[in-house]
Amino acid sequence: MTVYLPIAELSVNIFIILGMGAAVGFLSGMFGVGGGFLITPLLIFYNIPPVVAVATGANQVVASSISGALSHFRRGTLDVKLGTVLLVGGLAGATVGIWIFSLLRSLGQLDLVISLLYVVLLGTVGTLMLLESIRALRRAAANQPVSLRRPGQHNWVHRLPLKMRFKKSKIYLSVIPVVGLGFGIGILTSIMGVGGGFIMVPAMIYLLRIPTNVVVGTSLFQIIFVTAYTTVVQATTNYSVDIVLAFILMVAGVIGAQYGVRVGQKLRGEQLRALLALLVLAVGARLAVDLVVTPEDIYSIVSEGVYR
Amino acid sequence: MRAVAALCLVVGLAVPALGWAQEDKPAEFPEKLEIGISTDEIAISSDFRGADLTIFGAIEGYDPSLLAQSKYDIVVALEGPKDNNTVRVKERIFGIWVNRRSMTFELVPESYSLSSTRDVETIAAPPVLNGVGVGIQHIRLSPVGYLGDGSNLTEFRDAFRRLKESGGFYQRDPGGVQFISASLFKATVKLPANVPNGTHVVRAHLFRDGVFIAEKALPLRVMKTGIEQMISNAAYNQSFAYGAFSVMLAVLTGWLASVVFRKD
Repeated sequence: MTVYLPIAELSVNIFIILGMGAAVGFLSGMFGVGGGFLITPLLIFYNIPPVVAVATGANQVVASSISGALSHFRRGTLDVKLGTVLLVGGLAGATVGIWIFSLLRSLGQLDLVISLLYVVLLGTVGTLMLLESIRALRRAAANQPVSLRRPGQHNWVHRLPLKMRFKKSKIYLSVIPVVGLGFGIGILTSIMGVGGGFIMVPAMIYLLRIPTNVVVGTSLFQIIFVTAYTTVVQATTNYSVDIVLAFILMVAGVIGAQYGVRVGQKLRGEQLRALLALLVLAVGARLAVDLVVTPEDIYSIVSEGVYR
Repeated sequence: MRAVAALCLVVGLAVPALGWAQEDKPAEFPEKLEIGISTDEIAISSDFRGADLTIFGAIEGYDPSLLAQSKYDIVVALEGPKDNNTVRVKERIFGIWVNRRSMTFELVPESYSLSSTRDVETIAAPPVLNGVGVGIQHIRLSPVGYLGDGSNLTEFRDAFRRLKESGGFYQRDPGGVQFISASLFKATVKLPANVPNGTHVVRAHLFRDGVFIAEKALPLRVMKTGIEQMISNAAYNQSFAYGAFSVMLAVLTGWLASVVFRKD
């Protein structure tokens, strides 16, 4: 069954889109990641224009992050004050990101930059995850107890000025690195269509030393607002949010995520993480190949749409 | 049939009155072209897979002897809405294919469907066709703010035409125009499957022995209908509301999922 995507301006098989959404949703439920960093490249492989894939990806992340954030809010594992400071940086970053996005689009370099950023991001994240899971597997094989790394309590980040007290997180921290982190993630959200949790969570834990229990909820809080903001700004500046595509993806995604959570609770983490790492690396490699292989046609046409 | 006969009669009667004495003045020809379509608006749904559009027309004030020798040629073009189009070419930099050079053509039709009595290239000489701007090879492609020496102009123009033709936006049908009586003709132009929304122009050209002598144009509104077009219109015309609605839909979906699948 085909469905016409009004903004991407092409007909797609609805079951392939549902399958993509469900598979990525399943993985995101299993590993507790947002999944935006897999959805966007998959859409690009399925010939959805990168402009649309990125903007629609951001919209889809709103849906996949809401339920998680709600449950963290109910459990009280969400620091609204810290989240708001992150959000200030995030919104500023997203605004700058959209500006870069539009500039790259008018220069005809947007597709290239999106692909390059994904190759770098997926390559790095995939490699780190793979190394980490191999270490964990070795430890398990050697029957060593898995020890949580607990490095020194303070680093350079804690010597910065403009400190603020975050009661819920029980920390006293400068707002500069928090706003800066939000800013960087905001740029990624608008250019790549990702929530950015997979970067934000480790950065909050290892760099900012925020207690682990509030990290996920707080990052989800910021992701919801930044992706929502990005969706609206993409819709008004680049007209590139495809609501039909986004809706199919989010319905399949939220259902897939529920099953992913259940399966994830039963299975052992190390092998799964190694598998996800390999998948992430494979997606990155495929994008890298597309950049290098001689294109079918080296010429392309874009209509400006000024008289639309 | 009676109407056709009547029209022919009228046309036939008109000939002796007008005559062909003004042969030497190229700007003044006795022949006139008339065309008609059954509608000035077509509504198409999003599952549209292309269709033929039939245009009827007549040559008025023709010369019967020239007509008998098939000296008259008719070219009918359906031109889509115009927009600036940028052609880009990729080059390899450090192993990666990167868009390097580009050229923007000013207000070219998004779609172009051509139908003629015979291959356009044989109807008139290239300078004539270029002057009229009829034929895929002769559409006006003028670069915006172009100051180069013109060496790569041909390259980009050729690429533009090739991409438009391979994408099905530009089509031609030599033999799509047929005379159904002495001066009455029927032209069949193809509406491509991905026909752009907006005001198109049906433009008919009359050539006599390689000389362009008359032209007639009619507007044709192509209106896409259905839910997909409504969404597309909303995205472009009420983009803020559209974006806000997209976000609301996502919030609702996420919230519903958390309610439906709640375990406690």
